[in-house]
This record gives sequence, C-alpha cells and structure tokens, in this order.
Amino acid sequence: MGKAKKKIDDRFKKFGTVGFTATTKVNDFVTHLEEGKVTGTRCKHCGKTYFPPRADCCLCLNSDIEWFPVEGSGKLVTFSRLSFGPAGFKQDVPYTIALLDYGDYKVFGRIADGIEEEELAVGMEMTTRVNHLPNGQLNYVFEKA
Amino acid sequence: MNKVAIIGVGQSTFVRSYPGSIRELAFEGFKEAMNDAGLSADQIDASVVCSAPEYDKQRSPAGVFAEYLGLNPGPTFYVETLCSSSSTGLRLACSLVAAGLHDTVAVIGFQKMSEISSAESQERMGRGADIQWESPFGTMMPAYYAMYARGHMETYGTTLEDLAAIRVKASTYGQLNDRAVYRKAVTADMFTDPENMMSNPVASPLRVGDCCANADGSSCIIVASAEKAKAVCDKPVWVLGLGAASAPVNLAGRDVFSGLDVARRAAAQAYEMAGVGPKDIDVAEVHDCFTIAEMMAYEDLGFAERGQGKELIRSKATYQDGEIPVNIDGGLLSKGHPIGATGGSQIRTIVLQLRGEAGQIQVKNPRIGLVHNIGGVGLYGNVTILGI
Repeated sequence: MGKAKKKIDDRFKKFGTVGFTATTKVNDFVTHLEEGKVTGTRCKHCGKTYFPPRADCCLCLNSDIEWFPVEGSGKLVTFSRLSFGPAGFKQDVPYTIALLDYGDYKVFGRIADGIEEEELAVGMEMTTRVNHLPNGQLNYVFEKA
Repeated sequence: MNKVAIIGVGQSTFVRSYPGSIRELAFEGFKEAMNDAGLSADQIDASVVCSAPEYDKQRSPAGVFAEYLGLNPGPTFYVETLCSSSSTGLRLACSLVAAGLHDTVAVIGFQKMSEISSAESQERMGRGADIQWESPFGTMMPAYYAMYARGHMETYGTTLEDLAAIRVKASTYGQLNDRAVYRKAVTADMFTDPENMMSNPVASPLRVGDCCANADGSSCIIVASAEKAKAVCDKPVWVLGLGAASAPVNLAGRDVFSGLDVARRAAAQAYEMAGVGPKDIDVAEVHDCFTIAEMMAYEDLGFAERGQGKELIRSKATYQDGEIPVNIDGGLLSKGHPIGATGGSQIRTIVLQLRGEAGQIQVKNPRIGLVHNIGGVGLYGNVTILGI
C-alpha cells in the first residue's frame, strides 16, 4: 500500500474573481474572510505592520507573525472605474478598483457594487468588508463609512 | 564608468499584427541597426534579448535569435523588466562593455503581442503587477495609470483637456512617422464627441484617446567600447548617464499617486552621472503609454516643477520647436507599444536626433538627449542620457 497523498493547502485559490495563486503561507487570510474578517499581519519581533499580509518580515528577517483585523475606516486615495475587463473579468464590468489609506497601511481592492462613481471622492472615509462573489469566490470591498 | 558608445540603431515598422515569426520580427530591427553600424554578425561579441514573457510561446528567445541572426557562438541572454526591458538591456550592455568583458554588444528588443487577444493581453499586463493581491480584483494597466491620473488631477488641478492635448501633440508627429501604428490626426474635439471612439471610457478618467495601442515590433541598439566606436563609427553617440530604480509592486506600498518614484530616482542618478540637469536636455523621449504618463514624466524629469507639467503642454513647450521637445516621433501613443521593443525605439529616435539624421522631425542642433522608459506601473524605471 502506498502512502496517503498529503493534502495540499490551497485555500488561497478562493480569493478573487479569478485567483492566480493557490498556495501561500498566508492561507489563513482566506479562512479569516470566510469568518467575515479582513486581516493583515504584524511582525512579532519588530512590530512592522503588513497589508497585504506577509509571512515574512523583510526588515528583521523573521517569519514569526501575528494577524490583526482591518478595522475602522480609511481614506480613499484614488480609484478608477473600468469599462473593459481583462480575460476572466468581463462579467464583472463595470467595476471600480480603489486604494484606501488606513494610516499604518494601505488596502488595495474594489468598491462595493451599487456605489456609483459620482458618489466617490478622493479623501472620503470608507470601510472594508468581506464580499461573497456570485461564482463562489471571496474578496473584499469598500463601502462608504 | 569607461566610455560606452551607441554605434548602430534600428527598429522594425510597428504594426498591429506582424505576418511572421518572432525571429523574423527580430531580424528587421537587427538588420537596420547592423547596416547603420556597418558591421557584420561576426563583429558582435555578445547579445542581450529583451521582451516581456507570455505573449508568444517561445521560452528563452535569446538562443533562438542568436542562431537566426548569426550571433553564435557569442554569449547571449534574456533580460526582462516589462515595458522597460530594452533600456534595461542597454544598461546591461553598457556594464558589459564598460567592464571590458565585451567590445561590441547588440541589444535586441521585441514583442509580438498579436499572438493573443486584446483581453488576454490586458490580463497578461495586469499580471505584470501583484498577482497574489491585486490581479484577483481584475486589474489592468489603463486602470492603474488611471489611478495616477486621478491622483495628479486631484493634487494639481490637471484637466482632461490637458491630457487630450498630449495626445494631440503625439498625433502631430505620429502622422510623420512611417514606423508608427497610428498615423491619423487626433484633435481635441474628438475627446468631447461621444460619437468619436477617442472619447470612449476605458478606465476612468482615461479614455481610448489617452491610451497607446498594442503592437508587434522589434528594435536593436549596437553598443561599443570607445576604442571600437572610434575605429568603426563616424558619429558615435555617447552614453553619458544611466539611472535605474524599482518601486513596490502593490500600490498599497506606495505613497505618491501624482508622479512615479522610479522616474524621479532614475533621473537623479542619470543627471548626476552625466553631470547635467534638466535644462541641459535638448530633446527627450518619454514613456507615454498613457497621456498621464507623459504629464508625470515632465515633472519627474524636472522639465517642469511638480504640478506645472500642464503648463508645458498648454504653452506647447514640448513641441518640435519648443523649449524642450518631447516625443517628436509620435511617442508610444502613435507608434504603438510593443513592450520589449519600445525602449530601443526611443533610444533610436534620440540617437538619430543627436546625429542630425531625424529628417522632418529633427529638432535644432541637439547635443544632449534623454530617454525615460518605465516598466509596469512605475515598477521599474530607466532614465538614459545620451550626448555627442
């Protein structure tokens, strides 16, 4: 009898309309999304905060990290509404990508569906929440605070 | 750095869809550069091949080109920094020559984008950014640059009319460039006419007219040591300054959205190495993949103070007879942007200008020229200063 195949932890493939990465040391990010939380990582040694989350700290070369929730509101830095989508995203058009500044870190993502471009202004406060996509995938979106 | 010269330049005609294979495409730019230099393949010591991967199926194109172009058994290798690949190739070739490893190096840039659809191409380019954390949201190059356009407009009051004016300038010269993909006139009113394709939204605030087109093309730059250049070339163009930098791939890692940090850093390095400043530049080629990219380049290179780039285009200072002529070959907006070939094409234009061989787009007596070539969304930046 051969050995049982070791199961590959590919939770990350659930992230995004189309995922391009299946395995990563920060797979817990997807489990957190399933639990309703958007999370980043912090280096336990030097305290450096990372979003997007990282398994490794390039400042002190440690891989001892802890998770923190993305909470409260951030300022809208910039955004763009796409009238065309790349391959795999056409069904989502139009959609808006954006960047929020939380002070210690920034978050790149999408504006929630239903918010019109006219409602957006650079500098406005927005929050980040988990979003379930129609194809069963998960991401996160920004809403007006 | 030991002195390094450019002794030959060439490019193919840039086209929507090249009816041949990538080695045949590479031959076109190579042939022109070799004829220009008056060299035969056995006089090239090494070659550097430059492109962005995943447009065609060939893995490791350097070996294939070396054989097809008659460059065996000289060493050859591949270098990639997305849209700035061939100016990175030039930097590498300069270091090989300056170090004394080789006397003569060919830098061959190419891209055959037409092997995949436009939507696939957008997806590939989007994957030139952060595939783990950004691409899953459906990113593409126009949208990233659009985020900088919004940043610039919010910070400095730059208008959509200012951006359109950059495309109008590009088309003024693109119409004269028989190597360009887009050779029709573009006028400002096209951007406000909803019936006109130029006004169609792509990624707000950018419109079709703000974006360059995909293209197939090749370029080639022949680099030589000072001794070799003086022996074989009447009009060597000298590499005076080289600057290069990188920036965080994820926009979340960046702080400024009204300019490109890589361009500012690369420019400072190149100016220092060349011992010149922005006011000494007589003619420039900048990476206008989008109108906003040229606007930011004016400021990142110091041709204008930050926020004052719009005044340069409003006063036509960047036209052929202006204070600082920029992209007088029509730029990427007219020529099209065959990723790996673009930097070489920009270098070719400046070399021809400095030699006084630019024909109807010749600017008056230039002595120092500058090339600004950006990879990805300000992920990589190269600034090269050339002189006679």
